[in-house]
Amino acid sequence: MDTATKIRTANIKIKPNKSFDPIGMAFHALFLCSAMVGVISVATIGWFVFQEGLPAFSEAGVVNLITGREWLPPALYGIFPMIVASLISTLGAVMIGVPIAILTAVFLAELAPKWLANIVRPAVELLAGIPSVVYGFFGLVIIVPAIETLFNIPAGNTVLAGIIVLAIMILPTVITISETSIRALPATYKEGALALGASHIYSIFKVLVPAAKSGILTGVALGIARAIGETMAIIMVMGNAPAMPGSLLEPARTLTANIAMEMAYATGIHASALYSTGIVLLAFIVLLNASLLYVNRTRA
Amino acid sequence: MKKVIGLLTAVGLMATPLVQASTVTVSGSTSVAHVMEVLAENYQNSANKNVEVQSTGSSAGIRAAKDGTSMLGMSSRNVKDNELTSDIKEVVIARDGIAAAVNNANPVKNLTQEQIAKIYRGEIKNWSEVGGEARPIVVVTREAGSGTRGAFEEIMKLQRTVNGHKVTAISPTAQVGNGNGMIKTIVANNPYAIGYISLGSVDDSLRAIDVDGVAASDTNIAAGDYKIARPFIVLMDKSAPDSAKQFIDYIMSNDGQSIVAAEGYIRVQ
Repeated sequence: MDTATKIRTANIKIKPNKSFDPIGMAFHALFLCSAMVGVISVATIGWFVFQEGLPAFSEAGVVNLITGREWLPPALYGIFPMIVASLISTLGAVMIGVPIAILTAVFLAELAPKWLANIVRPAVELLAGIPSVVYGFFGLVIIVPAIETLFNIPAGNTVLAGIIVLAIMILPTVITISETSIRALPATYKEGALALGASHIYSIFKVLVPAAKSGILTGVALGIARAIGETMAIIMVMGNAPAMPGSLLEPARTLTANIAMEMAYATGIHASALYSTGIVLLAFIVLLNASLLYVNRTRA
Repeated sequence: MKKVIGLLTAVGLMATPLVQASTVTVSGSTSVAHVMEVLAENYQNSANKNVEVQSTGSSAGIRAAKDGTSMLGMSSRNVKDNELTSDIKEVVIARDGIAAAVNNANPVKNLTQEQIAKIYRGEIKNWSEVGGEARPIVVVTREAGSGTRGAFEEIMKLQRTVNGHKVTAISPTAQVGNGNGMIKTIVANNPYAIGYISLGSVDDSLRAIDVDGVAASDTNIAAGDYKIARPFIVLMDKSAPDSAKQFIDYIMSNDGQSIVAAEGYIRVQ
């Protein structure tokens, strides 16, 4: 009893004695600084984009800018067709890319023989490292002519070409994150399902994929962010016409393409309107992340 | 010995800014930058002076010359009065024709200026209307604000007024490519496309069309017969250093103008 008390007091004493710990504090500061780099960057970018974009909002009017259908600098700055183009191309890419990606992730995590997984996984990871300009070139040389022949239209630089390129581009993000989250599940989930007599496939779709849902959703959200933010490849394959696309087989211009294409030459309110395009884009990303946070919170 | 090395390093560090100051910085129009880079390279070889060329676009180039962010600005369109101050000197270093270009497989050889304007306004939509195949025309244009587009719209009268502003009359459904290279790629790969690019950028991958029966050639532009042409302008602030002035002298010399001609543009002297 006596000894125990002594040891205890001795242990407790360590802390008050070390009230001043320069190394600990230095590291604490280092960690804090590192954590702040990201926050400060986001804040600076946000401040900068708003600062530059607000003149266009006040000159052209927020409603005119967002709902306007004509992009005719320096008179009219309507970016509604571009909002539509961004959303359609992203939605299309998600509809094609996500099912393929989730099935690939399940295949890699659960079904693939080791030798095959060792071929598929590096291939997917390589896909992640390919620069977007190469995707764009691939789209321009393979997908655009293919669409021309397939649909017998004069120009294949269309929304559909953009959707296909984006669908391929989001694959690695969604696959890698989904596979990791499926692998991270406790082995007991699968063992329990199999012990109850479920088939392998049944346990994958009824137990594993639902259990890994939050991870898969994170992957999908990152995929969407990549698709909506993609610029170079889209500029090369989507035709960039600022008019409202009447169908998937017509050219269109996304928000990112609008900024990238015209920034070099824009002056005055035109340049500001491009920044306000950036504000709209930023709003979409914030909305996306917020809804992801919400979905994942209600689950947990 | 260490002291000597230290001293040398210090002298070296102090001398570095001097070396950089003698570098001539040029920025602006992507079209002018194309020939400017070749001029810069030759100037470096002959006069051993460094020239840095950045292609940022005509408007940015004019701004840069005015702000002094670069010593010389390049523009491929006439500079507007409100963009100028009295301290800025304009020098026309070359003339450039804009070629209306089609795919090599396209049988159409000649268009009138009016027909080209109508195609870009979206009033003529099919090649059969101008003597070609019965296929829709794929119209390709440059991005808003580009010097080539500005010059093309101005010469072809593809402008209209909306809300008191002069805006483009080019159909909004036309495909848009940023840069001469992208227009070339699209037109070279699509047999039904028409685009416009700097005459100096025309090569075997596509074909420049005759306008009003006049071929897009240097002699025709110099003679004033070919109508779609524009100046290449270099802008310099009065306070620009001598090194910049010497570079302009070099461009206007026989050597410089020969390079301009060799690059496919029209010499001015």
